[in-house]
This record gives sequence, C-alpha cells and structure tokens, in this order.
Amino acid sequence: MKTIKELQQEIINDFSFLDSWDEKYTYLIELGDSMPPMDPANKTEANLVKGCQSSVWFSLRCEDGRVYLEADSDSLIVRGITAILTTIVSGQCAQDLLTLDVQFLDEIGLWKHLSSQRNNGVMAMLGHLKSFVSEHCTLPDY
Amino acid sequence: MNKSIIGAREDFPILKVKVHEHDLVYLDNAATTQKPQVVIDAITNYYKTINSNIHRGNHTLSMLATEAHEKARQNIANYINVAHPYEVIFTRGTTESINLVAFSFGEAFVKPGDEIIVSQLEHHSNFVPWQLMCQRKGGVLKMIPFDDNGDLDLAVFKEMLSERTRLVAVNHISNSLGTINPLPDIIAMAHAAGAAVLVDAAQSVHHIEHDVRALDADFYAFSSHKMYGPTGIGVLYGKESWLEKLPPYQSGGEMIDSVSLEHTTYNQLPFKFEAGTPHIEGPIGLSTAIDYLKEFDSLQLRAYEEDLLDYGVERLTSIPGLTLYGNPKKRSSILPFNIQGIQHYDLGSLLDAFGIAVRTGQHCTQPIMDRLGIPGNVRASLALYNSKADIDALIDGIMRARKILRK
Repeated sequence: MKTIKELQQEIINDFSFLDSWDEKYTYLIELGDSMPPMDPANKTEANLVKGCQSSVWFSLRCEDGRVYLEADSDSLIVRGITAILTTIVSGQCAQDLLTLDVQFLDEIGLWKHLSSQRNNGVMAMLGHLKSFVSEHCTLPDY
Repeated sequence: MNKSIIGAREDFPILKVKVHEHDLVYLDNAATTQKPQVVIDAITNYYKTINSNIHRGNHTLSMLATEAHEKARQNIANYINVAHPYEVIFTRGTTESINLVAFSFGEAFVKPGDEIIVSQLEHHSNFVPWQLMCQRKGGVLKMIPFDDNGDLDLAVFKEMLSERTRLVAVNHISNSLGTINPLPDIIAMAHAAGAAVLVDAAQSVHHIEHDVRALDADFYAFSSHKMYGPTGIGVLYGKESWLEKLPPYQSGGEMIDSVSLEHTTYNQLPFKFEAGTPHIEGPIGLSTAIDYLKEFDSLQLRAYEEDLLDYGVERLTSIPGLTLYGNPKKRSSILPFNIQGIQHYDLGSLLDAFGIAVRTGQHCTQPIMDRLGIPGNVRASLALYNSKADIDALIDGIMRARKILRK
C-alpha cells in the first residue's frame, strides 16, 4: 500500500506531463470517467456532501481501521476531483486521514489557491470525510 | 459634450489584469461591477485629506468630512429625483435596506392575517426578510408567479390584492432572468388597493429609469457596488410620510435626540435610521460613481447596453443545444443559459480558465430555478465597459469548453 504522500506525488507527476491547460482538464475528466459508477442506492441524502455547488456523493465505509471511498458528482470536473480523492483515500488508515490536506491539488496546475479557500467544495468534501472518520471508524487509543 | 462610451473601458484599471494569462473578460456585473479610477481616487483622497468622524466634531476635518458626506447624500438624492435629501438613508446595501423596511414596517403596520406580496422573480434578499417578518407578526406571504416567458402574471397579482395587503415588494429588474418588470402598473395597482410598494432597484438603478418620484415608489432600495461605486454602502429611499411613521431599526449613537433611563427620543430623518458611525467614504465613492455615470448621455448609454444585450441574445441562441432562459417582453443586461448535457459549474470553471468571469449556480433565486426545473445555470451579465468583443470571447470560450466537456 502506497502512502498518502506517495500517491499525491504520483498525481502531481502525472499532471506535470500535460502541457496545456486543456489537456489537464481533459485528463481530469478522464480520471472521473474511469471511476466505477456509484451504486444509485448509495446516493442518499446522508451521503450528499453539503456545501458544493454541484451535487457530490461520498459513500464511505470503515473496515479493520481502513477507510474506503466511493464517490460521484453530476459535474465532470468535480467527478474528476473525487476520483483523485478516492485514489488517495481508499485503503488508508483512518487515523492518517484525520490530518489529510489537499495542498497537492494546487500543484497539478489547474487551480492556484484551491486548498487555501475555506469556502469551496473540496473543503466541504474534506470536512465530510473527516467527520465520517471520527464518528464511524475505530481509532487506536494512543 | 458627453463622454464617449467607446473607450470607457480604459477608465477601469482592473480590466487590464490577466486571469490565467488571458485578458480578463468580466461578465459578472450583476454580482458586482468594477470601479472607475475616479471612484478609487475619491476614496483614497478622502482618507488622505479629510478623514474624521462626522456630525459631531467642531474641528476643521470633521466639518469637511461632514460636508462631503452630506453633499454626497444630496447628489444621490438628485440622481433618483428625491424631494428631500433626508429621505435618503444610508445602509450597507440593498439587503440591509430591505431588512430595515421589513422590520420597521412590520412592527408598525402588520397585524395577524395581514398580507405581504412578493414576486416569484425576487432575489432571496427580497423574499426571506418578508417571510421572517410574516412569521414574527402572523402575516401571510403571497407570491406573484411568472409565466413561461419570465413575465409576472399581473392578472394573478390583481386577484391577490385585497384590503389585507399591506405592502408589495418587487424588483425592477430580475437578477436571474433580466426581466424588466412593469413597475408603473404594479405600483398603481398596489396603491389602488391601499398597499405600499418597495422596489428592489439593485439591478436597475444604473441601467434604466431611476426617477423614484415618477415611479411613485414608497420605498426604493439599491446598492452602490452594483453601479460602479464601492461595496458596503447602499441606499434606502422612503417617502417622508412613511419614514416618519416607522420605528427605528437599529439603535446607538447618531440616531438619538435625548436619552435617559426612563425614555429616549430619536433624532430627525435620516439620522433616526443611521445608528453608529457611518461608512463615511462609502457615500463619497457612490456619489463619485454617479458623477461618472452622468458624464455619459443617458439615452445613448441605454441604447448601447440594449444593443449589446441584443447581440448577446443573437450570438448565444445561435449555439446548438443552448437554452437561454426567459423571453420577457423587456429584458436588461442579463443572459442566463445552459448547454444541453453540460453541468453549469463545469462550463463556468472552463470559462474561468479562459479568463472569462461569469456566475454559475442559482443566483440567490431558488424559486426561479424551481419554476424552471433546473438546478442552476450560467449567467453572463453586462455593464457599460463591455463590448461585442467580450460577447465574442464568451461564445469562443463556450465552444472551446464544449469540446472538452461533451463526450
């Protein structure tokens, strides 16, 4: 299992091979397309991430202290972002996700300050993930 | 000699900035407009030369600042053709102006079972304050529907009016569809039923008719920042006869006459409604924006903006799969649309990458989006510094974005 840091660096590297802005967006949308479709039964009100302009669903589960994410959105761009987050999050230890940050998204060359804006959809997704982890996953006591 | 509209773009320094290495194409003017250099200078000069608290100090700077602030009130009063400058109350913006009336009018005049009428075309800020007031006072909120073209149904409105109607709150131009509402008819009908009328002029005061006495509006609210002035300052006009009868909205310094443990009496208009140290440079900046607007021939300016809107409608509707929302009898400056199979947020994000600023979402008008049956749309909105080249850039941007977003 690769670490979160390693996975983030891989994503930055993948995007760095794309020169133009159009290519980067096209690739981001392809990442979203390559994600398996979400079970419609999981598109519940509880799984809807609040605070996004588009509709975003996060279906999360914990197994043996590890977290698994399935995601979807009606926006192709946001679906691409959720595909990146799914790659980074799925299979990771719950306690590592509590300190997850998304600064690496600023380095893929599509947005300059995505991670520093408090009031945006990515921050809402991160908040949704972290509250799930702290409420539903068994964390080691240390 | 009037100022030429061609070249007015040069007066707005921000329009020279680059966004994602592209020249900025700013088409989010219904959200806020950019500021000409003269407005920026007026605010800077205020702080450099006369900054002081107003209405009380007897030193020179305080007197100069007071004079500049009150001269600004006079200039704004003249622009909307108000009988007395003290009928112009400074607020933080349209939202606060409406909240002031909803609160104070509600306290004074709304009893259980009384009715307030809004329209389905209202911004949330001319909807929710009335809803809250009705909940508090036991009033009943009614809504004039709009038809498939985006025009208000005045026949339904006529039926809605009754002896229980206390106030009708409507906008002059819809921020979401651009509909120019037939205010003379609406106001005449409301007055015939004995109801007062509040006009939300946030989108209209700088584009179309803004003579409040000709309109015979009882209350008229607008924001400086949507008409080339600074943010944080707005206006509530109210007829003196109404304002005298309304209780204060907020209390504190400036708004009082005498204070004791037993009883406080209030200052005269407009100060009764202006508690606390005001946003002194705000009216000075707004007044300068009005002077700037007055440099243009108003009829020429309106013709220029109408021509630009027609060009936008023509170019947008030529794109296959594009839906332009609303087809009202009269439209102003606002172009809301979606493209089949493309989510509005995606289109807005890609346009931003080309340096084109538009708004995406619901534009604070959920009742309109519900009526249209859509989760949101893309809104391009125009100002005097826009040109056909900006519309062309928007169309090119849409075509490029479509290639990326359509599978």
